Amino acid sequence: MSTFTDPYASSRETTEGRVYSVTGGDWDSLSTEIGATKEERVVVNMGPQHPSTHGVLRLVLELEGETVTETRCGVGYLHTGIEKNTEYRSWTQGVTFVTRMDYLAPLFNETAYCLGVEKLLGITNDVTERATVIRVMMMEFNRISSHMVALGTGALELGALSPMIFAFREREKVLDIFEMVAGLRMNMAYVRPGGVAQDLPAGALSKIKETIKELRKNFKDNEKLLIGNSIWIKRTQGIGYLDLAGCTTLGITGPVLRSTGLPWDLRKAQPYCGYEDYQFDIPTTDTCDVYGRFLIRMQELEQSLRIIEQCVSKLEKLDGQPVMVADKKIAWPSQLSIGGDGMGNSLNHIREIMGESMEALIHHFKLVTEGFRVPAGQVYTTVESPRGEMGVHLISDGGTRPYRVHFREPSFNNLQATAAMCDGGQIADVIAAVASIDPVMGGVDR
Amino acid sequence: MSNDSSNGMFGVSGSGDTSGFGGLIKSVKNIGSTERPYGGYFDQVADDLERAFPAFNDAIEKVVVDRGELTLFVKRERLFEVAKILRDQLRYEMCISVSGAHYPAEVGRELHVIIALLSITNNQRIRLEVCVPDSDPHLTSLVELWAGANWQERETYDMFGIIFDNHPGLTRILMPDDWDGFPQRKDYPLGGIPIEYKGATVPAPSERRSYQ
Repeated sequence: MSTFTDPYASSRETTEGRVYSVTGGDWDSLSTEIGATKEERVVVNMGPQHPSTHGVLRLVLELEGETVTETRCGVGYLHTGIEKNTEYRSWTQGVTFVTRMDYLAPLFNETAYCLGVEKLLGITNDVTERATVIRVMMMEFNRISSHMVALGTGALELGALSPMIFAFREREKVLDIFEMVAGLRMNMAYVRPGGVAQDLPAGALSKIKETIKELRKNFKDNEKLLIGNSIWIKRTQGIGYLDLAGCTTLGITGPVLRSTGLPWDLRKAQPYCGYEDYQFDIPTTDTCDVYGRFLIRMQELEQSLRIIEQCVSKLEKLDGQPVMVADKKIAWPSQLSIGGDGMGNSLNHIREIMGESMEALIHHFKLVTEGFRVPAGQVYTTVESPRGEMGVHLISDGGTRPYRVHFREPSFNNLQATAAMCDGGQIADVIAAVASIDPVMGGVDR
Repeated sequence: MSNDSSNGMFGVSGSGDTSGFGGLIKSVKNIGSTERPYGGYFDQVADDLERAFPAFNDAIEKVVVDRGELTLFVKRERLFEVAKILRDQLRYEMCISVSGAHYPAEVGRELHVIIALLSITNNQRIRLEVCVPDSDPHLTSLVELWAGANWQERETYDMFGIIFDNHPGLTRILMPDDWDGFPQRKDYPLGGIPIEYKGATVPAPSERRSYQ
């Protein structure tokens, strides 16, 4: 046994046994010492700063050789108190907070929240069809961009680099659409209570049609790289097994649930935003493994494109319809137009409130500083996010700010399946299993 | 907030003060119990539960149907029994969400636990609400019935200090282990620092005026 003074790789005796610290990836200086111990049982702390744990997820793995005997998850490293913060802002300002939770699916956070506020206000049916179709279109684009990260980083973590390059190429095209429509590429606060922040810019639909064509062509590249790839199949088939009984008791939703063969998708089961008017399928597999979940995500891309195409043809017919409810006491007073800096003001609106109508000025001031009142009560609204059931529990006391906002985050709930999927398997398969849950830590910790 | 203060365009009545500023007092209107018929599938759920659970009237404090959602207020001693029947006989396979709410004005019932259940078989949702006093914030854990309630209950404990008895490992989950206090309670300050902008300061969000 050597006595070394490497500051990045040291070991010390504790009550729990000998603890080895490797901070610089410097295993060489420790390997001899670890090799000399007779103990097979090792507890490895993986994360929260580990490139393959999908952000700041901490996994505590108990190992016998390379077999995982116990998995524990540590979360909370990204807790930002979004739920508490929204209690101190107006209902409209809440959108800006909730969009930052699950940062890969901001539009789902916003839409779920706004559907809840609208239900509390009792204006669900007053939201214009154009606003609803735009929401659906943006959500489905968001599903594509989110699945692209899930597939790309999932493959990357298992050592396949090329799919990641292709996936991010496609994601970039979707983010360009977001930038064109909402002005921002992520955290766009685009969906607002009562509608959406602004209408589609001129020429948006033709750009979207072009993008659909490119995406459909490019998705094939990723399919060719992974479907049927023997290394990929060996790394994913039969890995991370979780059957239907496991899913229901753990409250698992989304692709993980659908990989057990159950076609449970809230877009079909409990439609919102008019999803009952769209033609699309719910892809399922019955393998209960990582490969099945990967196939489901792949097939959902095509289904999302189908929905977007139907949105485009609907939007062409709905040209000129407003994108915000008619009630001026709820609708955000001005339709902001995008300037060179990303966001701008509506000059017409400023002319009206500053020069023509004092009433309009008062309304603008009250709505912006105070916000609107929401009748007392509580609601629970859901949308099918890329990761499963995104639920929003809102309580109002009748005031201009939420009394309580709680998010039922699919990532948070689904991450509970980690131990069920990983225990008894190989340590290398932990990575595949966690990647197939696709947790986003911003959503887990909120 | 009194009931009549929410009248009018911006919630102002009986006062010349149109600013709407009313200090930092908050209270919630109590939504009363709903009488039958509840509408939709709610009557069916209530009937089935009454049939399967003879002590229905003793266990359920009140039934509220509001905005198309059914809430059963359950006495905390009976929660586990009611939940078990809902799972085994009414086919609520999933405990979708457990969260809390803090109502400091409701003396003796300050802390509420709100449980959202989903039945995939019947495609139905219901909500259970349980009230516990701040002085004795104990409640039976549902982890035995739905393993997925584990983290949800840990989060509710972390944020509200509600103790779920028989939970396999009730520890903080989002806040650090040695954190003091329960952040989502209403008496827990948001904190924050004033923001300086162009020479003037904007107070921290929790210090700003609140409109009633």
